[in-house]
Amino acid sequence: MQELDKLVADAMTLFSSIDDADALEQAKARYLGKTGALTELLKGLGKLSAAERPAAGARINTAKQTLDEALNAQRERIATRTLEARLAEEAIDVTLPGRGRGMGGLHPVSRTMERIEQLFRSIGFDVADGPEIETDFYNFTALNQPENHPARSMHDTFYLADGQRLLRTHTSPIQIRYMEQHQPPIRVIAPGRVYRVDSDATHSPMFHQVEGLWIDEHISFAHLKGVVIDFFRRFFEDDDLQIRFRPSFFPFTEPSAEIDMSFGDGWLEVGGCGMVHPNVLRNVNIDPERFQGFAFGLGPDRLTMLRYGVNDLRLFYENDLRFLKQFV
Amino acid sequence: MKLSEHWLRELVDPGLPTAKLADLLTFGGIEVEAVEPAAPAFDHVVVAEILSVEKHPQADRLNVCQVNAGAEPLTIVCGAPNARAGMRVPAALPGARLPGMEIKLTKVRGIESQGMLCSAVELGLSEDAAGLLELAADAPVGKTVRELLDLDDQVLTTKPTPNRGDCLSVLGLAREVAALSGVALQWSEPVPVQPAVKDMVEISVDAPDDCPRYCARMISGVNAAASTPDWMTRRLLRSGIRAISAIVDVTNYVLLEMGQPLHAFDAAKVSGGICVRRAVSGESLALLNGTLLKLSPDYLVIADQKQPLALAGIMGGEHSGVTSATRNVILESAFFVPEVVAGKTRVLGFGSDSAYRFERGVDFAGARAAMERATQLIVQVCGGQAGPVAEAKSTLPVRNKVTLRLERAQRVLGFAMDEKVAVSILDRLGCRPRAANGVVEAVPPSYRFDIAIEEDLIEELARVYGYANIPALLPPAAAALLPVPESIRSPAAIRRLLAGLDYQEAVTYSFVDRTWESDFCANDDPVALANPIASQMGVMRSSLIGGLINAVTFNVSRKQGRVRLFEIGRCFLNEADYPQPVRVGAVAHGDADPVQWGQKSRTVDFHDIKADLEILLAPRAASFRPAAHPALHPGKSAEISVGGETVGWIGELHPRWQRKYDLPSAPVLFELDLSALMQRELPVFQQVARFPAVRRDLAAEFDENVRYEDICSELKRQGPAILRDVVAFDLYRGEGVQKGKKSLAFSVLLQDTHKTLTDAEAEKAVVELRRILQEQFKAKLR
Repeated sequence: MQELDKLVADAMTLFSSIDDADALEQAKARYLGKTGALTELLKGLGKLSAAERPAAGARINTAKQTLDEALNAQRERIATRTLEARLAEEAIDVTLPGRGRGMGGLHPVSRTMERIEQLFRSIGFDVADGPEIETDFYNFTALNQPENHPARSMHDTFYLADGQRLLRTHTSPIQIRYMEQHQPPIRVIAPGRVYRVDSDATHSPMFHQVEGLWIDEHISFAHLKGVVIDFFRRFFEDDDLQIRFRPSFFPFTEPSAEIDMSFGDGWLEVGGCGMVHPNVLRNVNIDPERFQGFAFGLGPDRLTMLRYGVNDLRLFYENDLRFLKQFV
Repeated sequence: MKLSEHWLRELVDPGLPTAKLADLLTFGGIEVEAVEPAAPAFDHVVVAEILSVEKHPQADRLNVCQVNAGAEPLTIVCGAPNARAGMRVPAALPGARLPGMEIKLTKVRGIESQGMLCSAVELGLSEDAAGLLELAADAPVGKTVRELLDLDDQVLTTKPTPNRGDCLSVLGLAREVAALSGVALQWSEPVPVQPAVKDMVEISVDAPDDCPRYCARMISGVNAAASTPDWMTRRLLRSGIRAISAIVDVTNYVLLEMGQPLHAFDAAKVSGGICVRRAVSGESLALLNGTLLKLSPDYLVIADQKQPLALAGIMGGEHSGVTSATRNVILESAFFVPEVVAGKTRVLGFGSDSAYRFERGVDFAGARAAMERATQLIVQVCGGQAGPVAEAKSTLPVRNKVTLRLERAQRVLGFAMDEKVAVSILDRLGCRPRAANGVVEAVPPSYRFDIAIEEDLIEELARVYGYANIPALLPPAAAALLPVPESIRSPAAIRRLLAGLDYQEAVTYSFVDRTWESDFCANDDPVALANPIASQMGVMRSSLIGGLINAVTFNVSRKQGRVRLFEIGRCFLNEADYPQPVRVGAVAHGDADPVQWGQKSRTVDFHDIKADLEILLAPRAASFRPAAHPALHPGKSAEISVGGETVGWIGELHPRWQRKYDLPSAPVLFELDLSALMQRELPVFQQVARFPAVRRDLAAEFDENVRYEDICSELKRQGPAILRDVVAFDLYRGEGVQKGKKSLAFSVLLQDTHKTLTDAEAEKAVVELRRILQEQFKAKLR
């Protein structure tokens, strides 16, 4: 039976030396195939005596089992190696950029306007829109600025060639239109484009405004301060931001205030506000004895410049992709 | 307005440093925009008398002066041509620091100069000067020039709001400072000048509603050529007003001091009495600024018996103004109601200090006092004898009692103000308050045109009390949820979607070049502006296309070849009531995709952008009808409709405009109504088919002019009920296909809702579909 041991040892050595699946199967045939060495030994059992046969048979079977196991293990090794080789071959350069379409983005002022809308929506403000070619009535008269009022010279107005209409100088006309349609309590903001005859590094003939309005029975100047301060702190995400209110004059509010925000060592004017003038409420048939409230106006262009550090207003209207793409 | 701080402090001095004084005004509602020194910093410059002037032995152009500057006589070398003995001039002594230089003992061509005699330029007081600054002949020798010329003054620039005409004078600001600080005003009404002659100006006012008070006085025998005193010139200059002549300077001075515009006529140029009346059509008036104004009854004029002399409250006439030869002056001080002057400067295209004040409201009680003040000063400076004041007075405005409920003030301001505090504030403002039972009655002074209702008083309380002292509170509000309509998509969501489709948002001007309108919209009658900022921004856009193409050109010329932009904005139609639809426009130029590896670059085309549009409109399906548009290539443009309604256009830019607007390749663009994108039907559930679908392919050749959409709709209309969907998967022209024909391949999806389709059933359906293609479209099946 030394012969059997040697045969097993030889086969094991052979199997483990093979790293090709087909060669392994051929090697298998040499031992376990129809004419394989081990098969031959099994066939030889018949020549043994009945007493010897079981023990010899058992030994051969054990040897066969050993070879089967070695064979399977080697198959597994070869399969693993083959897979590894394939995977290595298939490897790609994951640092190459992705393919397909690019990504656009919002205009920086739109980002700001959306943010303002989100903040005010979070406390229940509606958002309203309105025409940009306006009548004198909505832009001025209804807002307590009768014809020839010196306050009209605060806005250099674009007029249409028809001599009748004008380009709105603020989004306040939307408030009038909104109040004509709704009864208090009213909470609304009106974002949009506005126009004034003015053009230099800090003024564009077209710019944006967001006006807000809150009318109810007990909305006071103290509430105006509270909401405005809260807005600026949330907008700039700075709980320590300092806001101050300077007495001012707008025909449609009284008392009126300019809003200053601390910036660096100084202050910057960032908006105007005040308590809605009783004449304005009367103009839209709201009883000023019963209802009162505040209005405010913000300049999204200015806020965008402050938030992102943009240093020239004109960049907003040049539409240079090298600028716009910074806000994707 | 600009004014000297020292002048203001002469009338009220709250003992605050300049910055605090400015803050007091700013936070009281009169913004101080700027505080600037009246003169640049310099020191060790004193009044010196030139004792003698001798030629410098070594230099023709230099003199050697002996100078008395208060101590030992000094020797100073000087090159000024106007140096002469007896003259008093500024001398900078050794150690002096002047703007841009320092003065030391120096030898000038061998002679030691013990200082420098100065011109106004060297002291930074002027931009140019002919020679040494000549000081008053009686200027005290040795006194510092800063003190002599009051140079340690500051110039305050205030920006009073349009409602505060009363703050357009030193007196008005002083009253305000007094009210805000509680410090007393140092001002007494001018004492009337006793008439020295009897000559009384004859006046009549034909328009008493426009001019309820008119005062005039003759001052005879003046020396109109007298020179204006330095202190007055200085104050005028610090307020930005150049000295002109003594009489005009006095009227300007009183205007600044008291806020009352005055006018002086040369009596010799006035024929007969003065009449205040509306102008008559056909009259004209040459104004002091050179304008020849055609008058109409809209204007109020001051006239004599023959002609208009001045535009009331706005500007005097050229003809009747005072000159250095004037001997007798008629001085006018009047109250014109704001309505007479308001709006006029806009029509005229120019304003004046007088108009600026009258349209904001001039104290109707102040005309006499200002007349007396001006008379005093004219007599003091120019001599002459004043006549009595002629006054025509009718119904002046009335300051009614205004009632303030403290409870109302509390409701508006959001905190309870003590009655005593309220009364004290109103008292300081000259409103003579009387309080009882929570109600304060106040009568505003004549110079306040802005206090007439309760809110006006509340505003006064708030600003004097200090906005900073009012609490900041968050209001309580009903916690009702806002409606969120699901079938309306917000513009914000549409913006995000467009950004996701690789479009960058642009914001272009709503006013555009007229040629854009005619090129891109064939619109020769756009909404035009009367006063555009530039001619190429003269009309309102009726389409977003011009602005977007312009932005593409801008970027392409900056080496940005691939440009994809969108804009959401209003367009303006020149129709009744000016419809202003909000539109969404987008443009794509250059490569379809960004430069990248693994795929060949190709120029963006119609169908790339159509795909974007279909995503934008989903779930709504649009149909595209070939149609011409002035901006677009006639063979590559379509009108877009949704639910039978036209909502916009898509197409490639017309090659003509591509050339004209300098673009290397044709951009593809679309424009549609925002409302079409905002509407979105709610999804409605449909049973998912339980039986498998069968896919079959069809291919056929068609004439070029057969449209895909027509094929699909015909197949769906006539085809078997089991036809679910038809999709094109190939379009081919070229080898194997006849010229003028195209080969289209479709994938059709067949499905029965009740059972699994058999092969025979599917085959039967395909045969049916092929028949339709053949019969309806003369298709050659492949």
